Amino acid sequence: MESPLLQIKDLHKSYGSLEVLKGIDFSVSKGEKVAVIGPSGSGKSTCLRCVNFLEKPSRGHIILDGERVGVKPGSDRLMSDAELAPQRAQMGMVFQLFYLWPHLTVLENVSIGLRKVQGVPSNEASEIAMDMLEKVHLGNKANTFPGLLSGGQQQRVAIARALAQRPKLLLFDEPTSALDPELVGEVLNVIQELADEGRTMLLVTHEINFARDIADRVIFMDGGVVVEEGPARELITNPQAERTRVFLSKIEK
Amino acid sequence: MIEFLEVYVKYGSQWFPRMADAALVSASLAFAGFIVAFAIGLMLSIFQRSPLRLLRFVATIYVVVFRGIPLLAILFLLYFGLPGIGVTMSAFTASAVGLGLSFGAQMAEVFRAGLEAIHRGQREAAIAVGMTPLQAFRFVTLPQAVRIISPSMLVTFIVLLKDSSLCALITVNELMLEGRALATEYFLPLNIFVAIGVFYFLIAWPLSLLARTMDARIRAKQTRTL
Amino acid sequence: MLDKIQHILIALLGGISVTISVTLGALIIAVLLGLLLGVVRSFTKWKLLRFTIDVYVELFRNIPALAILFIIYFGLGSVGLRLGSVTAAILGLGLIGGAVLCDVFRAGFSALHSGQREAAIAIGMTPYQTIRLILAPQAIRIALPPLGNYAIQLLKDTSIASAIAAPEIMFFARTLVTSTFETTLIYICAAGIYLLLSLPLFRAIQSIEKRFGVGR
Ligand SMILES: Nc1ncnc2c1ncn2[C@@H]1O[C@H](COP(=O)(O)OP(=O)(O)OP(=O)(O)O)[C@@H](O)[C@H]1O
Ligand SMILES: [Mg+2]
Repeated sequence: MESPLLQIKDLHKSYGSLEVLKGIDFSVSKGEKVAVIGPSGSGKSTCLRCVNFLEKPSRGHIILDGERVGVKPGSDRLMSDAELAPQRAQMGMVFQLFYLWPHLTVLENVSIGLRKVQGVPSNEASEIAMDMLEKVHLGNKANTFPGLLSGGQQQRVAIARALAQRPKLLLFDEPTSALDPELVGEVLNVIQELADEGRTMLLVTHEINFARDIADRVIFMDGGVVVEEGPARELITNPQAERTRVFLSKIEK
Repeated sequence: MIEFLEVYVKYGSQWFPRMADAALVSASLAFAGFIVAFAIGLMLSIFQRSPLRLLRFVATIYVVVFRGIPLLAILFLLYFGLPGIGVTMSAFTASAVGLGLSFGAQMAEVFRAGLEAIHRGQREAAIAVGMTPLQAFRFVTLPQAVRIISPSMLVTFIVLLKDSSLCALITVNELMLEGRALATEYFLPLNIFVAIGVFYFLIAWPLSLLARTMDARIRAKQTRTL
Repeated sequence: MLDKIQHILIALLGGISVTISVTLGALIIAVLLGLLLGVVRSFTKWKLLRFTIDVYVELFRNIPALAILFIIYFGLGSVGLRLGSVTAAILGLGLIGGAVLCDVFRAGFSALHSGQREAAIAIGMTPYQTIRLILAPQAIRIALPPLGNYAIQLLKDTSIASAIAAPEIMFFARTLVTSTFETTLIYICAAGIYLLLSLPLFRAIQSIEKRFGVGR
């Protein structure tokens, strides 16, 4: 069997004396869509942010495509941000609060990584960026500034920005929870379309129904550990662990 | 370096008492100037909020003019210029007035920023509980404004204190002038002006730290309540 | 009367070019130094470097400009480091400005949300690229209004250079006084020239504030 694209092994993270992740293990295969659910404060964001080393794990391994992330090969020394850059470039990340760059146009937000990180010539970068914007149905907004867009549009630009990295893996951290309810749909639709293209995704979400429909597998986290994981439909309709059941029944209301 | 410091050991007992006396003059000059600036600034900010267009216009012109003219020009005009048309003042008075005129414009800005920083809801809430507009200003807006602007007032005072050194150029016997006198007496300008700089620093720096602490405290409070 | 004013203005004109050169020279030093110090102070992990910059900033922000000019011009001059009065003025005011603008740019950087940086490193930018392409342009934009105010202050502060005999407007005015005795009028004219020079700067600040607005 082919080894998984992403492996998370024995991941721990503490802030001072507060242990937020207490040994997380799971993996994501190529083309697989994995949703992470769980109550607030359970460590979902922290786990996701450890994958691309926005947070430095206290212990454990992150392995992307056979390569250990954030640690110098052949030693135990952590990489600096400069050394991490090429690895982070392989993972696209979509944040809850978008974090578009307000001083750049929508097109520049998407193309700047192509030009400056991937070294794609300017013209070509703009073309690719334009394609990505078309993909999220925002080709007509290319030359506006992000501040003038709605939340849903901003989040779709952020998705286009992540796509422009040509990433092996897409990380989503509650991409719709900062949005007004009527704007959630347009973003979920875009994510659905990307899923249909067969992209590999790791998605933290509160949208249980969406997780059930889109994900191959669901991971339920609570208190810094993985309580239960399994095929999406099965886990959500028929959870095994008591804690999962309680969580899901609360959400249902 | 050692040589440089040895000079202070040798002459310190002659220099420092004179510098300290002059520093007191600098301090009183700064206080006098600040009081004038405070009064002018307060008046300007009342003008700015006046319903009368003329008063608002006067305030605007005042701020533009005095923010555009160097303090030194004002001091020279008051001390050397006005006697030409029959108005004479002592150097100290001219300095206090000059500092006050110049920094009055800055104080007006400080007051304005302070009043604007208070959330409109505060006043509205006061009126909603039945206060008159005057009461709302007196009991709700004003006390908050004073607290918000006190750090920037302190910062303005520090700048004023530093700029009071210019009054040496119109013969006020303050720290800087004492420095020049010493420099011509002892022919050690580097040592003397460095010492003068240190004197100013020792007065201004603690005040700067205080202003920063006050500011940080107020900010922390503001994030907690709107 | 108009005759006299015209005569005075023409006499003072000689100082304008020095006033402008000192302003521009010091402004260039101040912006470059302030940006460098501001960036380094905001991002270096090196404690000693941060401390050194803090000391520099505190010193130059809490000592009067006149004292600094005297130290540079008379003080250093007395130990063999003789600078021209204009050079000394540019250097002194520039060094002070570097400290002022260091704080201004630092405030600009710290006003940015941490997500701005995170989004940049997440797409694979190096720390240097993140600062240059993402953070600095935004921080500089935030710094523009206080930078404008600083420029006005600097223009006025160049008058202090007359105390070390730099031949700028105030110096010309003082010289003129000794030969014509029209003191009142001369100083009013000098003040007027500064005011006229500062007006374009006021305009610039206003248009910047309008353009970039508050809360962007
Ligand atoms: N930088 C930090 N410093 C200290 N504690 C932190 C930090 N970041 C997160 N935490 C704590 O770690 C715990 C887990 O946070 P995390 O954001 O990962 O939870 P989450 O599962 O994503 O929750 P939510 O659903 O609310 O986003 C929380 O208790 C939080 O307070
Ligand atoms: Mg979270």
